[in-house]
Amino acid sequence: MTEPSRVAPVMALFKSRLSVVNLGLASFADNLAALGVEVAQVDWRPPAGGDEVALAALDRIASGGTDVEAANKKAVDILLAAKPTLIDIGVAGEVIPGMTPTTILHSGPPVTWERMCGPMRGGVIGGLIYEGLAANRAEAEALAASGRITFAPCHAHSAVGPMAGIVTARMPVWIFENTAFGNRAYSTVNEGLGKVLRYGAFSDEVLARLRWIETELAPVMKKALKLHGPIDMKSVIAQALQMGDEGHNRNRAGTSLIIRELAPTLVQLGEPVEAIVRILNFLNANDHFFLNLSMPACKCALDAARGVKGSSMIVAMARNGTDFGVQIAGLGDRWFTGPASMVEGLYLPGYSAADAAPDIGDSVITETAGIGGFCMAAAPAIVKFVGGSPQDAIAYTTRMYEITLAENSAYQIPALDFRGSPTGVDVRKVVETGILPVINTGIAHKEPGVGMVGAGLVKPPRNCFRDAVLAFAEAYGAAPTSSRSDP
Amino acid sequence: MKTIFVEKESYYDSALLMLTSQEVKKTSGVHDATVAMGTAMNLDLLRSLGFDAAALAEATPNDLVIAVDCDSAESAEAARAAAKQALSRKAKAVTGEAAHVAPTSLASALRDQADANLAVISLPGAYAAREARKALESGLHVMLFSDNVSLEDEIALKALSRRKGLLLMGPDCGTAIINGVPLCFANVVKRGPVGVVGASGTGIQEVACLIDRAGSGVSQAIGAGGRDLKNERVGGATTLMGIEALAGDDETKVIVIISKPPAKAVADQAVAALERAGKPAVALFVGATPEVRRDGPVVHFASNLEETAAMAVALANGERYAPRAFTLSDAAIEAIVARETRGLVPAQRYLRGYFTGGTLADEAWIAAHRATGAVHSNNQTDPSYVLADPRRSIGHTVVDLGDDAFTVGRPHPMIDPSARVERMMAERDDGEIAVVVVDVVIGYGSHEDPAGAIAPAVEAMRAAARQRGGYLPVVASITGTAGDPQNFALQKAKLEAAGCVVMPSNYQACALATKIVERIETRGRGGAR
Repeated sequence: MTEPSRVAPVMALFKSRLSVVNLGLASFADNLAALGVEVAQVDWRPPAGGDEVALAALDRIASGGTDVEAANKKAVDILLAAKPTLIDIGVAGEVIPGMTPTTILHSGPPVTWERMCGPMRGGVIGGLIYEGLAANRAEAEALAASGRITFAPCHAHSAVGPMAGIVTARMPVWIFENTAFGNRAYSTVNEGLGKVLRYGAFSDEVLARLRWIETELAPVMKKALKLHGPIDMKSVIAQALQMGDEGHNRNRAGTSLIIRELAPTLVQLGEPVEAIVRILNFLNANDHFFLNLSMPACKCALDAARGVKGSSMIVAMARNGTDFGVQIAGLGDRWFTGPASMVEGLYLPGYSAADAAPDIGDSVITETAGIGGFCMAAAPAIVKFVGGSPQDAIAYTTRMYEITLAENSAYQIPALDFRGSPTGVDVRKVVETGILPVINTGIAHKEPGVGMVGAGLVKPPRNCFRDAVLAFAEAYGAAPTSSRSDP
Repeated sequence: MKTIFVEKESYYDSALLMLTSQEVKKTSGVHDATVAMGTAMNLDLLRSLGFDAAALAEATPNDLVIAVDCDSAESAEAARAAAKQALSRKAKAVTGEAAHVAPTSLASALRDQADANLAVISLPGAYAAREARKALESGLHVMLFSDNVSLEDEIALKALSRRKGLLLMGPDCGTAIINGVPLCFANVVKRGPVGVVGASGTGIQEVACLIDRAGSGVSQAIGAGGRDLKNERVGGATTLMGIEALAGDDETKVIVIISKPPAKAVADQAVAALERAGKPAVALFVGATPEVRRDGPVVHFASNLEETAAMAVALANGERYAPRAFTLSDAAIEAIVARETRGLVPAQRYLRGYFTGGTLADEAWIAAHRATGAVHSNNQTDPSYVLADPRRSIGHTVVDLGDDAFTVGRPHPMIDPSARVERMMAERDDGEIAVVVVDVVIGYGSHEDPAGAIAPAVEAMRAAARQRGGYLPVVASITGTAGDPQNFALQKAKLEAAGCVVMPSNYQACALATKIVERIETRGRGGAR
């Protein structure tokens, strides 16, 4: 007998209870079940929907020299270990790297003024007027088209912004630090609902609110954070998920928790009572105040995983109202884009699908980090957006485990028996399974300045994931061959 | 007309209200409707839409506002009723069952079933290799039922399985019995001392069933896949691993290997592996000329499936193997031959075999060809006797209806017997047919009642022969055990009721049919004299 150890696993099988996974003819599984054998029937579909080019790319990745599994483990471990912490509020032009007085950051992948959608153009106009670079709409439009304004994605500057995501130099921004890895992320202060800059509104009332945020809210918040000390946002998000939020379309619990956390500090600052009342009322009136905190929390967690060589984990998904784009940990700052889709959802009183703009905003950073739509099962109050029942929400979340790399034990979902949220999207799995990330989102009016008209679910364009896989195969896969040979 | 209803102290979630608004808009006579909580923002909006400011002033954020733009007061009331009904609708109960989502990939199945140790894969060939690779990489043993897996993929997969020490059965592996569990096409066989490795599905089934019927049992039956021993580049990778594993398995006392005609170098390697293993072994290389190989101290060479089983059981029991042609006495066999040939007319000259099992068909044409030298088959190795058109029998013919030529776009005849029934019905008017031989394979994977399915065709062929003034002997055997779900005894009774002579093995069925043909030829020569 020669080297029995070489077949030790086979001999071990002979001593084990058989436990079978069946792929293919269901009758084979039925027969095993009838015999009392433990068997799982896989609801199998052709991988990548039978797309041979994508499948060949996946095979090249699998047979290439890079250990993608190890790289992904490294990337997702970084994401899970992140400690997003709110440390301060500052001025964009002073704290965001690379910001200039004529820089305007926007949501999503890069987009030129010519290709910007209505709400984003409105946001740019408002931003230019707010900065004093233009006196009115006409001047602002001329300036925006002149080439003298530097447009750049928030994502390229460690920032994220909901909807149009407009950030200009004078705007106050939350400063987050991922204290486990030392990187920072930034986001503006959420302005509330209705006519707001992020939905492309730039009327006097919008600009007045922005100025109030700059001159009253931000300075007070700066003092409050200094007195209070850093806020561990991971813990706040974890609590919010237990209280019916998913951190994207429902932020009522998170907003409440922040008010509860900061109110005792705010009243100790010695600021005029009217100012504190205005600030607390502003927070209280805006269920989505927390969105601009959950987003940079997710951003700084994901940014730490950027650049992990050989990792196919998605580190950014974002939309600018024209394109939907993704970035991959192992592929640097390249964007893979497809046309922004229309959102399927429910509309606020007085609006319908005819009013809607295509999908827009960086808020899908929440899904990228494993909350938002991925935690739909945690937010039964808003299940109507996804088809009506808590089962639907559970099904959406459960499906996301199929395309993710890990479960985040810090973000637990009560309805799933406190299972950790599905975290770290593997772009290979998206292409292979054909399961797209579930993305919750608000719906902007297509005309600048009207505001939010509804909310719902959006399906990202498939091709951006496919293109990313093809590029990944180029970067890390084996050389293309007609038939795979054994390494 | 624009009407406002305020329902005091009625709080609803805004998402539910959006949905309700949509439903209320469908009410007949309603142009537009908004169902919302009386928040300042909503009231502003409704005022801007032209609803009565005074009526709206009554509403607080805790009140439900139903705003309807419609034709009449009746429509407004209908809209209000529709809103209330939509809001009071009872939710379906949430159950754990409803929340269960079937796994859509191997990876997700493994998450739910962490102790999984075997993947059974019967997907289209193009995808099967991919999933098999993933299964091996996940540490699973694999039974790869699928055919149409490329040779390159098979070689790569077997190299991977070798590195991992994991069993890869297949591709094109229809049968295995692991830890007593029949996989894909397999029978319920008692566990016992005989370990089987084979590159032949129905061959393994027949041998395992005969071992069971002889009172012994099978420890493991490992399928290797059709190319394992046949192709030098595959090099018997699965067979060699199987032999090694059975050598190290305490339960296995005797090792059997079965293969269709193998590549010589590969067969030599397999025999050498059996010798190294040291346990008493039986090798059957179907169709190989028996005298080519000589029994050694460890490895004994069998010449047919039944002998393979009988030798293995004798070795396991420490008994001497006593060769024999038939279970019944020579006199009893002679009586059957006499009875079955009595009614034949001179035009009836040829043997016809209609088979569903590939190796069973091989055993049939080989036995009959050895006797007559003139048997056509789609499985023939002599090119001059390969059926030009596998869909039509000529002279002596044994057809394997499980051949790829017959299974494109339709199930294998072991699953769906209709192809064989159609073939038999189509040839019932052929007056040259002298004897028919068939296999009936039962067990898991097979049709639920193969004997019942073939019986009408047997009866029809026999009736047609009688109408021509002749008689038609039909010889059958059943590959199966008493434990199989189809009920062996009932299957046998159905075949006998249709007029079949049911023999205890495929080998004996073929031997009897061959004897009948020989008897006819002897008579024919006698008649000419």
